[in-house]
Amino acid sequence: MTRINVRVDGVTYTDEVEPRTLLVHYLREQLGKTGTVVGCDTSNCGACTVHLDGRSVKSCNVLALQADGHEVTTIEGLATDGRLHPMQQAFHECHALQCGYCTPGMIMQAIDVLNENPKPSEQEIREGLEGNLCRCTGYHNIVKAVQQVAGTGEGERA
Amino acid sequence: MTVTDERSTAAGPEVGRSRLRKEDQRLITGRTRWTDNIVLPGMLHAAMVRSPFAHANIRSIETEVAEQAPGVITVVTGADVKDTQGAVATAWPITTDQKTPDHLPIAIERVACAGEIVAVVVARTAAEARDAAELVDVDYEELPAILDGREAAEDAVLAHPSLGTNTSAVWRLDSAESGTGGNVEEEIAKARTDGIVIEREYRQQRLIPSFMEPRSTVVDPTGEQVTVWTSTQVPHLLRFLIAATTGMSESKIRVIAPDVGGGFGGKLQTTAEEFATLAAARRVGKPVKYTETRSESLVSGHHGRDQYQRLTLAASKDGTVTALKVDLIANLGAYVGLVGGGTPVLGAWMFNGIYKFKAYQFNLRTVLTNTTWVDAYRGAGRPEATFAIERIMDELAAELGADPLEIRERNWITHEEFPFASVAGMTYDSGNYEAATARAKELFDYDGLRREQQERRDRKDPVQLGIGVSTFTEMCGLAPSRVLGSLNYGAGGWEHASIRMLPTGKVEVITGTSPHGQGHETAWSQIAADRLGVPFEDIEVLHGDTQIAPRGLDTYGSRSLVVGGEAVVRAADKVVEKAKLVAAHLLEANAEDLDFSGGRFTVKGTDQGIGITEVAAAQFTSHNLAEGMESGIDADATFDPVTFSFPHGTHLCAMEVDTETGGTRMRRYVAVDDIGQVVNPLIVQGQVHGGLVQGIAQALWEEAVFDEQGTLVTGSFVDYTLPTAADTISFLTDNTTSPSTTNTLGTKGVGEAGCIASTPAVVNAIVDALRPLGIDDVRMPCTPERVWTAIQSAGASAGGEVSGGAQPHFDEDAPNQDGPEPGAAEAGQKGADQ
Ligand code: FES
Ligand code: FES
Repeated sequence: MTRINVRVDGVTYTDEVEPRTLLVHYLREQLGKTGTVVGCDTSNCGACTVHLDGRSVKSCNVLALQADGHEVTTIEGLATDGRLHPMQQAFHECHALQCGYCTPGMIMQAIDVLNENPKPSEQEIREGLEGNLCRCTGYHNIVKAVQQVAGTGEGERA
Repeated sequence: MTVTDERSTAAGPEVGRSRLRKEDQRLITGRTRWTDNIVLPGMLHAAMVRSPFAHANIRSIETEVAEQAPGVITVVTGADVKDTQGAVATAWPITTDQKTPDHLPIAIERVACAGEIVAVVVARTAAEARDAAELVDVDYEELPAILDGREAAEDAVLAHPSLGTNTSAVWRLDSAESGTGGNVEEEIAKARTDGIVIEREYRQQRLIPSFMEPRSTVVDPTGEQVTVWTSTQVPHLLRFLIAATTGMSESKIRVIAPDVGGGFGGKLQTTAEEFATLAAARRVGKPVKYTETRSESLVSGHHGRDQYQRLTLAASKDGTVTALKVDLIANLGAYVGLVGGGTPVLGAWMFNGIYKFKAYQFNLRTVLTNTTWVDAYRGAGRPEATFAIERIMDELAAELGADPLEIRERNWITHEEFPFASVAGMTYDSGNYEAATARAKELFDYDGLRREQQERRDRKDPVQLGIGVSTFTEMCGLAPSRVLGSLNYGAGGWEHASIRMLPTGKVEVITGTSPHGQGHETAWSQIAADRLGVPFEDIEVLHGDTQIAPRGLDTYGSRSLVVGGEAVVRAADKVVEKAKLVAAHLLEANAEDLDFSGGRFTVKGTDQGIGITEVAAAQFTSHNLAEGMESGIDADATFDPVTFSFPHGTHLCAMEVDTETGGTRMRRYVAVDDIGQVVNPLIVQGQVHGGLVQGIAQALWEEAVFDEQGTLVTGSFVDYTLPTAADTISFLTDNTTSPSTTNTLGTKGVGEAGCIASTPAVVNAIVDALRPLGIDDVRMPCTPERVWTAIQSAGASAGGEVSGGAQPHFDEDAPNQDGPEPGAAEAGQKGADQ
């Protein structure tokens, strides 16, 4: 067991973890942050995407130990003061989710895409989301949602 | 923190509006109740020990070492629970003499496919359970395995030696025998002498549904009832089958499908994992959770498709089709799933598509193999059929040198001819193929793209353009119970709804359907809001818990709206009828003199009235009811459809094919679907987009592949290649509307349409691009390598009509470059057989 200090969604935690514990399991099982989910065992699906110091990571691909001393934001920490993050709102308005299983990871990744490139082309959005799988939506409305937040493309609304 | 919905204040009927979904709030904020999120006091965790062999006898299972491992409570083998573990059942034996091997949740003597469960480790944590599962020592005696469906039909190696054959059932539909059409052999013979006969074999590769939420089950045996939370499409069927196969009392079982992360047919199953977890939990007397890994999911969740299709199409010289004969071999895998045997049968009524054949015959052989079992996957039988007919209609067009749309138009049912009795014996309720096609051509710029295609051909552009057509229909709304009975199906096809009018003015709609992403909470609210005249926001839709929604047959086969939605309509109408009597008493009027609109009862010709929610409050207090009147205006309704509904559509796809590399790129995709009355256009578009990509994925990327030993090679998302956002494009979608005549709302069902239509559209486009090279087929998935190989082998005989000495642009030994399938090249060269 190793001691770690992490700040997750604005709360500081000090915990003992097994060295092999993945960040996603630490979040889900020790902190009860079940908004972040697991979709695969090969780092392909992106369902587990969170922000580590503001950049997106697949939390199944990071050890809890590696988050020691860092700041993690999950889907549960996105809304502030009772207001949805614009990306959450856009996913709702553009019907960018069906079953919603990919959605937490997809939203976290979409925010990261725009942080890196605030005015991406459709192709850049698609490439930016390449590491996140969705089986329900065919990506069409997810791309629209990201365009809506970026204020680009057809997805933009008055 | 609520979602703001600026559309909610607009006036007018709810049905037809693009309501934003009620479901979204919890899903976008991470407050979803997935089964794996559930934690109970004292809960233990299970891990499965699975067979690495496709076919083997189990000589012995050594559990002692595992049982000594830290945190391990017990290891459960099949022998430990042989009288209580129940069985994984088949609901649909398609013939009375179907061979249906016993399917035990935890195998005892023999495993018939890789991934089968042989023991369950129960431990304090999931990690401890998984670690200990490695320590269970199973001694296997390997047996010869049969993997391929066509080879299995020859019975050289038996998947289940004691059955004596691999054939599970033989099923046939013949238009002459059933009196719905002529004699197929006569028509084919006629065409051989004085017409056109096209013979083709198509391969429906095996697919994996790949819902994003891995399956998970939590069983709590500590209460008076055993509660099962599970990631399923079918909580009601599961409850029934637990009772039917374990001997537990049905009233002691509660099944809850909490939030379910996709299904696509893949969770239309009562699984070995559910029964094994139940058996383990009952044995230890504590709550037990089991959540599969993705690798387990891919090998042990059921697969889809996997058919060999031989088609013979006969037509007169002018291209008028006369007969279609279909010979199918369907690989069921190791066991007959819940509806596994019946899935290919569902294609029987669909191979004839939208065309007016005089004679038709469908011959099906289902075979057992030592592979993962196969069952419904989005479309279930209809995509396979639609692919075959839409591919071969293109071959007919090519044979005649005609435009594929022109050939279709010559043969399709015209809109004046509805209702139309098909040669397969179905009555198509309504449709307008002309209108959908005209709209699709316009959106697509069909003529413009055909011109560009010609230009590329003329200038021998290495990147050729192909245009693919798919004018499909499908049958939705499983199903009329009487029809199911005649097909030997073990359950009915009705659906149930209840409506509770709460005293505070809120309304609960309880549905027996079990959504997992389709947005029923929103759509059902829209339907009930219109019927009852109460605000959309005041309606709560409850589902997916056998204690809350005791009657239901769940969600699959695009049945929820056309069957379940109609039940909501009828329950609401009953509520209004009951409320009317209470209102009449309160208004001191005759019930016949009351009008009901916009949620208010009014006395005709006066301004006196009362709202339905006020009536609900009045019946709650019951202070002032008519003499002898029973309190309560809640109502139940069960709807059993009399027939299916037949949505249709025209899909057009443009593919660029690089003849030097075999690479393909989708240029444009137009889908115009006629799904009858649309309840929520936003949700409908979403269903179409998602379906399209699944169908396109079959055409281009996905295939479950086993090696010679029966090990699933595509056993992770590294090898089973789901499309990503970067692989796909934005689509152009629209609707034309021919209301269904089989239900009040005129709805038809849309869940599977995109998936059914898109696969042939894409392959037709690729073949269309390559047809000048003499290529008339590319086997799915049409990977660059397969396309390239088809071009190479065709080029050898056709002399390379397209310029540019094609060089291999890949290294055969490089990773992710599967070897070409034997037969792909030959299939590509097979000409029309006159
Ligand atoms: S769980 Fe699939 S990438 Fe992390
Ligand atoms: S919404 Fe279901 S996987 Fe994306």
